Amino acid sequence: MSLAERILQGDIRAAARLMRDIDDGFGSAVEELKTLYPHTGNAYIIGITGPPGAGKSTLVDQVTAAYRSRGKRVGIVAIDPTSPFTGGAILGDRIRMNRHASDEGVFIRSLATRGHLGGLSHSTGDVVNVMDAMGMDVVIIETVGVGQDEIDIVRMAHTTVVVMVPGLGDDIQAIKAGILEIGDLFVVNKADRPDADRTVRELAVMLEMNSYREGAWRPKVLKTEAQKNLGIEEMVNEVEAHREHLFGTGEIRRIIEEKHAKQFLDNLRDRLFAEVYGHIHINGRFRKILDDIVERRRDPYSAVEEIIAEHLGRD
Amino acid sequence: MSERKLRVLVGKPGLDGHDRGAKVVARAFRDAGFEVIYTGLHQTPEQIVSAAIQEDVDCIGLSILSGAHNTLLPRVCQLLKEKNAEDITVFGGGVIPEDDIPGLKAAGIREIFTPGSSTDMIVQWVRDNVKPHA
Repeated sequence: MSLAERILQGDIRAAARLMRDIDDGFGSAVEELKTLYPHTGNAYIIGITGPPGAGKSTLVDQVTAAYRSRGKRVGIVAIDPTSPFTGGAILGDRIRMNRHASDEGVFIRSLATRGHLGGLSHSTGDVVNVMDAMGMDVVIIETVGVGQDEIDIVRMAHTTVVVMVPGLGDDIQAIKAGILEIGDLFVVNKADRPDADRTVRELAVMLEMNSYREGAWRPKVLKTEAQKNLGIEEMVNEVEAHREHLFGTGEIRRIIEEKHAKQFLDNLRDRLFAEVYGHIHINGRFRKILDDIVERRRDPYSAVEEIIAEHLGRD
Repeated sequence: MSERKLRVLVGKPGLDGHDRGAKVVARAFRDAGFEVIYTGLHQTPEQIVSAAIQEDVDCIGLSILSGAHNTLLPRVCQLLKEKNAEDITVFGGGVIPEDDIPGLKAAGIREIFTPGSSTDMIVQWVRDNVKPHA
C-alpha cells in the first residue's frame, strides 16, 4: 500500500514518513501528494508569527488546548532555524507542547528552515497538505522567530496572528513595513509586563492609521499571558470571528486563490530550475560556462539566454 | 535524488531536573549536522515515543539521572515495539551503574554512555550505528 493510501486510513507513521520524504526532497513524495490532493482543502490554517521569545510556542500550546476542548483535531507545524554553518538544527518548539504528545487528536511536526528564507521551510505547504488530508480541522503553523520581513506565512495561512511583546521598540518600529502589515489579529503576549498597555496602544494607533474599505476586516489588538492561559479564549474567538468574516464576505476565495497561485508558481519555478540545473551539469558544461565567464571570454547574460533558449526549444 | 538528513530526538524521561547534559549532547548533534528534536524535561515514555513517531526520527537519545533508568528506558523500547517502530534506535546516557548496563541492552537499549563519555564519542557512535530510514 502506498504511503498516501495508508495516510488516508489514519496511519500516523506513514504521515510522518511522507513529511520526511517531502522535507528531504524525494521525488516519490510528489506522487504521494498527487494522491492526497483531492482529500485536502478542508483544514482551517492559522499562522502564528512574531519575534523570537515572544511566546509563540506557548501560545500555540494553549490555542491547541482551546480547539481540543471545542472538539477539533489540530495539526501543528513548528519551524525553527537551521544552522547556516553545519546544516544542523535544534527544534525545541515541542517543549512547550508536550502535554498534547499522546493526544491522538493532535499531530505535531517540527521542521527546520534548511536555508529557506521568509520564516517557513520550503516544505511547509506540502506538510500542511498532509495534515489536511489526515483530517485535521485546524492546522497551526508557527513560524521561526521573525524580524520585519519574513512574511511568507500570509500566503500560507487563512488567519495570521502576529505576536508581539512589550518593550521591543518605540512606535516608529510599528509603522515600518513588514510583519505589522500582515496581521489579521495582533496579540501582545506577556501582558503582565509593565509596558504592555503602551505596546497595545501603539499597535492600535498604527492600525487606526490604515485605511479600510467599507466592510473590510479590522484587526484587533488583544492581550494574552500564554503561560497562565489568560486571554486565550478571547484570542481563539477572534480567530473564529475572522474565519466567519472571510466565509461570510466570500473573501476566503481570494485568499485561497492567492495561496494556490503562489504555491503553483513556486513549484513551477523550482521544477524548471531543477531541470535546467541538472541539464547544465552534464558533461562538465557548467564548469566550462563558468570558466568562460570568469576569463571574460563571454558574458553571463548571454550564457543564461543561451541555456534558456536551448531548454525551451527555441533558437 | 536528495539525501536524508539524520533526525534525532533528545529527551529526558522521568522526574530529575538536570538537563545540562542533554542540552550539551543536543548541541553536539546540531553541530554534527543532525536535526535534533529537543523535548525537554519530565517526559513520560508515552510522550517520548509519540513524539518520535510524529517526528519520524531515526534514533532517540535519553538522558536520565534519577535512578529510574531500569524502568523508564526499557518502557520506551517496549512502547516502540507496540507501535511497530522498533526500527528507531534507542540509546541512553547518565549516571547508570555498570551492573545495570547488560540488562538495559537486553531490553533493547543499543548503547549506554556513562559520565566521562565525550560528545565526540557519542556523535561518532550515532554516525556508525544509526542509518537514516530509507
